[in-house]
Amino acid sequence: MADEIQARLLEEVADLHGVPEGAYNIRTDGETTGRGTTANIDIVTKTDCAGIEIRIKPGTRNESVHIPVVLSKSGIKETVYNDFFIGEDCDVVIIAGCGISNCGQQDSQHDGVHRFYVGKNSKVKYVEKHYGEGDGLGKRIMNPATEVYLEENSRAEMEMVQIKGVDSTVRTTKAELKAGANLVVRERLLTHGSQNAVSSYTVELNGEDSSVDLVSRSVARDSSTQTFESRISGNTKCSGHSECDAIIMDQAKIVAVPGLTANHVDAALIHEAAIGKIAGEQIVKLMTLGLTEQEAEEQIISGFLK
Amino acid sequence: MLKIENLSFDVNDDKGEKEIIKDLNLEIQDGKFVVITGPNGGGKSTMAKLIMGIEKPTSGRILFDGIDITDRNITERARLGISFAFQQPVRFKGIRVLDLMRLASGRRLSVAEACVYLAEVGLCAKDYISREVNASLSGGELKRVEIATVLARGGKLAVFDEPEAGIDLWSFQNLIRVFERMQKTTQGSVLIISHQERILNIADEIVVIADGHIVKHGAKDEILPQILGTDSAVDACRRLSDFAGQPEQA
Repeated sequence: MADEIQARLLEEVADLHGVPEGAYNIRTDGETTGRGTTANIDIVTKTDCAGIEIRIKPGTRNESVHIPVVLSKSGIKETVYNDFFIGEDCDVVIIAGCGISNCGQQDSQHDGVHRFYVGKNSKVKYVEKHYGEGDGLGKRIMNPATEVYLEENSRAEMEMVQIKGVDSTVRTTKAELKAGANLVVRERLLTHGSQNAVSSYTVELNGEDSSVDLVSRSVARDSSTQTFESRISGNTKCSGHSECDAIIMDQAKIVAVPGLTANHVDAALIHEAAIGKIAGEQIVKLMTLGLTEQEAEEQIISGFLK
Repeated sequence: MLKIENLSFDVNDDKGEKEIIKDLNLEIQDGKFVVITGPNGGGKSTMAKLIMGIEKPTSGRILFDGIDITDRNITERARLGISFAFQQPVRFKGIRVLDLMRLASGRRLSVAEACVYLAEVGLCAKDYISREVNASLSGGELKRVEIATVLARGGKLAVFDEPEAGIDLWSFQNLIRVFERMQKTTQGSVLIISHQERILNIADEIVVIADGHIVKHGAKDEILPQILGTDSAVDACRRLSDFAGQPEQA
């Protein structure tokens, strides 16, 4: 199915060791290299631009879709549009992810635009992992844009992880929620070297009793920089919570810009932001358990980003 | 055996240099259950930290099983078999109780094994094993998890810095039982910094430290009667019995 580098990237971003179960679409170096559909989940190639449409029939439950992307050649730049149409009363898991291995001199860039249209009473779990490797001078760049449209009483749980090797990322996430809809976001980010990461969220709580819970945990090492922005607008009776919790190390820089807008008297909005270095007592405690200072630091970071 | 020779520890503050520990000598024999007491600010906790290597002495030596550990760091001392329970245990976001127990034991403890240690400190294991060691745990719960990590570590010398501090009396009653059991079952030495009469009462030896010196050191039967009723031996439980067994809030 794929060569060794591609297989490893697939394993990193999608835990895939072979052909996945359920529906899938594998994109390798700009081409679709594998696709499978099920009775309830159809995947079709877009005709007007690069990308796919994933159509999930109403009432589909306990099914999954894998759509990993791998770039193993230097110098590939692509923008891909993937649209998910999820019918009413569904309960599905979508696993996306992008791995870039760039050992060459030219930049490799994948800009994935994901749009989710989630039908009434449906539940979606979305997992996205980004991973970069390779020691060439060419940069590994990913700019994911995610849009989520939640119909009444639907729920989306999004887990977005970028732990290693992506030089530059600008991540924008927009969501609009109707009555009773619920959005949960768990973002995990680690930057090192001279990487730069921006993560920006805009959430519109338009329907009564809609709610969002957005938690970002990040670690910035070396001389990397991170910017976290969240804008939550409460336009009716609703509740919103965002939390940005960051560990800063070495010569890194972190900017957290919380934004809350209440356009209604019953909009209950909370933001928490904390940036700090690893507490000395945490390291001391783990050293008393026999860990070295470096091992202690690694345990604290991996726990924090779990 | 732990041997402390001519140990001194000075700090610099606004008022200039201050001696916290002054030329202190102490020996703790293997298998002994020793409680260190004395007035607040007398240097007890500093002594505990000097033994673990969290603080570095200004002068003097610390020997453990014949090895001079004065210049060894915390990790090295831990690997030689010294363990330490903090007075104010630290919290970790994302690290679960089970993870911490595994780090403490130095191996991949099974859930069942970890549960034995948690049960030992009076925590219903299934409720706690997957909990994060974060702000959601109360002071008393955190303290017990801290003690469980020391049990899981199972070293030759366990040092407990004021295990009663920061917990409510109800939890304290249970904690006493933990130490009573430890006194009976432990193979190694146990060193506890405490003011509590009930902890002093289960000691083999009592050491009283005041103003950076050892002012008394001897068998429990000899020392305890001399210090009963002073700040060095507080009876926390008399008040509790007045409440006829009702739980006391922290």
